[in-house]
Amino acid sequence: MSQTMTGAEIVLKALKDQGVEVIFGYPGGAVLPIYDEIFKQNAIQHVLVRHEQGAAHAAEGYARSTGKPGVLLVTSGPGATNAVTGLQDALMDSIPIICISGQVGSFLIGTDAFQEADTVGITRPCTKHNWLVKDANDLAKAMHQAFQVATTGRPGPVLVDIPKNVQMSPGVYVPARESRRKSYNPQTRGDLSDIKKAVELIERAERPIFYTGGGVINSGPNATRLLREFARATGFPVTSTLMGLGAYPASDKQWLGMLGMHGSYEANLAMHGCDVMINIGARFDDRITGRLDAFSPGSKKIHIDIDPSSINKTVRADVGIVGDCAVALEDMLRIWKSGGSKSQKNAVKDWWRQIESWRAVDCFRYAPSETTIKPQYALQRLQAAIEKKDFYITTEVGQHQMWAAQFLKFEEPNRWMTSGGLGTMGYGVPAAVGVQMAHPKSLVIDVAGEASFLMTMQEMSTAVQYRLPIKIFILNNERLGMVRQWQQLLHGERYSSSYSEALPDFVKLAEAFGCKGVRAEKPEELDGAIAEMLAYDGPVIFDCLVERHENCFPMIPSGKAHNEMLLGEADTEGAIDAAGAMLV
Amino acid sequence: MSVMQKPETIERHTMAVLVDNESGVLARIIGLFSGRGYNIESLTVAEVDHNEHLSRITIVTTGSPMVIEQIKALLSKIVPVHKVVDITVAGPSVERELALIKVRSTGEKRVEALRLNEAFRGRIMDTTLESFVFELTGDPGKIDAFVELMRPLGLVDVARTGVAAIARGPEGM
Repeated sequence: MSQTMTGAEIVLKALKDQGVEVIFGYPGGAVLPIYDEIFKQNAIQHVLVRHEQGAAHAAEGYARSTGKPGVLLVTSGPGATNAVTGLQDALMDSIPIICISGQVGSFLIGTDAFQEADTVGITRPCTKHNWLVKDANDLAKAMHQAFQVATTGRPGPVLVDIPKNVQMSPGVYVPARESRRKSYNPQTRGDLSDIKKAVELIERAERPIFYTGGGVINSGPNATRLLREFARATGFPVTSTLMGLGAYPASDKQWLGMLGMHGSYEANLAMHGCDVMINIGARFDDRITGRLDAFSPGSKKIHIDIDPSSINKTVRADVGIVGDCAVALEDMLRIWKSGGSKSQKNAVKDWWRQIESWRAVDCFRYAPSETTIKPQYALQRLQAAIEKKDFYITTEVGQHQMWAAQFLKFEEPNRWMTSGGLGTMGYGVPAAVGVQMAHPKSLVIDVAGEASFLMTMQEMSTAVQYRLPIKIFILNNERLGMVRQWQQLLHGERYSSSYSEALPDFVKLAEAFGCKGVRAEKPEELDGAIAEMLAYDGPVIFDCLVERHENCFPMIPSGKAHNEMLLGEADTEGAIDAAGAMLV
Repeated sequence: MSVMQKPETIERHTMAVLVDNESGVLARIIGLFSGRGYNIESLTVAEVDHNEHLSRITIVTTGSPMVIEQIKALLSKIVPVHKVVDITVAGPSVERELALIKVRSTGEKRVEALRLNEAFRGRIMDTTLESFVFELTGDPGKIDAFVELMRPLGLVDVARTGVAAIARGPEGM
């Protein structure tokens, strides 16, 4: 049954039919008809952000923490261009978000009209797909296809650009089932003969490792359950990328911690020395592999990825399986069980002995201090205070992000929201807004650096308006810490522009926003201050003044292999050569 | 060899891509190549099914085997793309290109240009007392050769369509 309604009504109906409950947005001239429809209904809640980049990250936070798509609504021109960073962020991290943008009237397109920008042109490389809808009769189809494309296959951002006159024109509404796109059919089931080959390799493996990524989390709770079951059935060690934290419980004895540039010593050496690598939903990112021609030189590589272009992109897979992680894991487990497969018990036991010796190095150790708060110590105390709570963590980008990944423990997926691929400073505050909207009763903490926080701190105002009790835990070193670390190691300690000479008083800033401000300067103040933050029923900015020159270790220097990890300051002398400096 | 870093052989491949003929589709294809630094040697496009609004794009590209594999996977991911076939590996194929070549000369040179055009089985599409426009079809190598021969004989302009390619035999793409 087709119905005729205005374009703006079509947008709202499509959102409702897709099960959308919350959208993040900012009004402007070219989306007023849609905002008028939002005003007339109650089913969908609109959250007014303070900048369109915030809308995109909030939608990402909502999506990552729920597994459902996030939606944002922005106006033409600057509204759309401000959202671009969030779209690219979602593209890199495979997060399903739908951006609806207003556009100048279709009769004005191409005339340099007020707030006109070639939005589909600008966003073409930073979305999975985008649409410029010039006829209200095509709008419902585009809206439903947008959800289909964003949420299926490798998830990602999409954008629907709607000229203002189309929002006001009558058009026919078609439901989702009549809107599917013939040319778009991502493969979800991996080839069975490849899966059998993978199982054979796994059976023969003597030094195996599971290397898991964000794909396991994107695939949904089934993938997490099956990964845990398969890991238990084989007894193999498990490591994960930054994006995949939580898919495997951090408290489990088979867990090696995160791998990569600032990952654990045991995880990276196990990757380097393994004979069979089982990559599930990770993409051999350059922060993971380090020097490509020295990456895990002796291993057979199994690579499961829903995106065919991820396989054999930088690292050649011996067995490449194009498919959804959950489906592939289910097939693998079935074949494993039905064939009565067993792992090489003795060899794997030796392998574990080797791994335990690496683990004994205790790579995350740091020099404690009684006078200044070490950032690692602050996170350990935070972890101790929240570990029994129902918590979600977002982060900004930099040293604090790596320390959070090292020191906070995730037992479940969808609890850890961080900008991995794009490395977007300013991600964490708006992402926390999105997470808290989805989980109003849970504890949501943005582990931040003071520099990142300043990039999107205006969203504190959003948090206050919607009574979102997000906690911003700033590890304040008054430096762009990761930049400073690289300048120390690579650029002769010339700290070019990595010191913020002027910083606001974050406690007063919190109060100005209508939040609570808490400060901790000494280690002994920390526990009390954290308790104060957690006890407050409202948004808090926590200014934790930490050691200013702490470096993040362990670290694989750029241009080096996994077995050339630096464990601490003593290892850093001349560790990075000029070729490595280019790869930073 | 599990890792790509040593220089690999560069191959030339021709791909046929069936797409929905909609606004922006060509920009998506070209953006993929320019954004990732891949080469386009030639690209041709025209609607081939007016009822279904399907266009066929023929792309000639060069790259290492790993890059060629990437290009095929990335093209297949583009939403309005229905099908991608690597004509070069799919089996024997026919590759043809059309060129219009303008030559301006008189006397012996003019006679020689005309003679060579006949030898290449070109057609004369336009003539004045001092010029010809030849139409030539063939594989790109033949057209290259003809253009080189025309250079000393008063070559003025060349317009080439780029390669259109199709598999030999009864099967569709």
